Amino acid sequence: MIQPAADIPLIAAIAVAFFLVVGSALALIGAIGFVRLPTFYERLHAPTLGTSWGIGGVMVASMIYFSVASSRLVIHEILIGIFVTLTTPITFMLLARAALHRDRAAGSHNVPAKRASEAEERPSA
Amino acid sequence: MLPYPLLTISLTLMWLLLNGFTLGHLILGALVAVFASWAMASLRPDKPKLRKWHLLPKLFFIVLFDIIRSNIAVAWLILRGRSKNGRPGFLTIPLEIEDRTALAVLAVVLTSTPGSAWLEYDSYDRTILMHVLDVADEAAWIDTIKNRYEKLLMEIFA
Repeated sequence: MIQPAADIPLIAAIAVAFFLVVGSALALIGAIGFVRLPTFYERLHAPTLGTSWGIGGVMVASMIYFSVASSRLVIHEILIGIFVTLTTPITFMLLARAALHRDRAAGSHNVPAKRASEAEERPSA
Repeated sequence: MLPYPLLTISLTLMWLLLNGFTLGHLILGALVAVFASWAMASLRPDKPKLRKWHLLPKLFFIVLFDIIRSNIAVAWLILRGRSKNGRPGFLTIPLEIEDRTALAVLAVVLTSTPGSAWLEYDSYDRTILMHVLDVADEAAWIDTIKNRYEKLLMEIFA
């Protein structure tokens, strides 16, 4: 039995609102960074805001709301967090290594060469 | 009988979380988990060695705290614009850990921390190539990874 949203206690509503706003703000900032950052490797960092505390905030808000509204412990949202955290690195590295491979094949001097010990080539500032 | 006890327990817990805590689901979930862990055993025989699993919560809270801190730092950096941004750049970091599970955990940690990205691991050199948003303090990055994460991981997966 889930109560209507207007009936949950004020203190819980404040907590839910706080975590929702923090989570969605981080996801929004991540999206803004995705547009504004200049290079591919820098843009890689922006979505991790959404996949770490962006999803974390929304997850906590959802757990508090449904636990309070249905007066039992609802924590299966944690599974979403675990799966997102565990699977993000896979696509992330796939994209990063594809970009590295392409840049190296193109002979770009902005990426480090294949083996660090052979070439002490650092990206120019 | 149970090749991966931790996996079996987690799968049962997951089943219960998704379907609700009833006796019927406990039995059904346990059955599914046992068969799934047998399937896992036939896929990959090398077992991760968890030496000091009681240190896992410590690692978890350290990482959680670091992620909050770097979330704030990166969000601030994006909002403030380009003017006084830290210089982004690549870092090569030598590692001592070789255990595959430990490396996977380190990869998850570094990837989910905004501001640092694991690009590739070189198993010949035993180095990782990272990209960080602020390379100004290179020594601090290496120090964080080697002393904060790697030491703990080496203790856990000895």
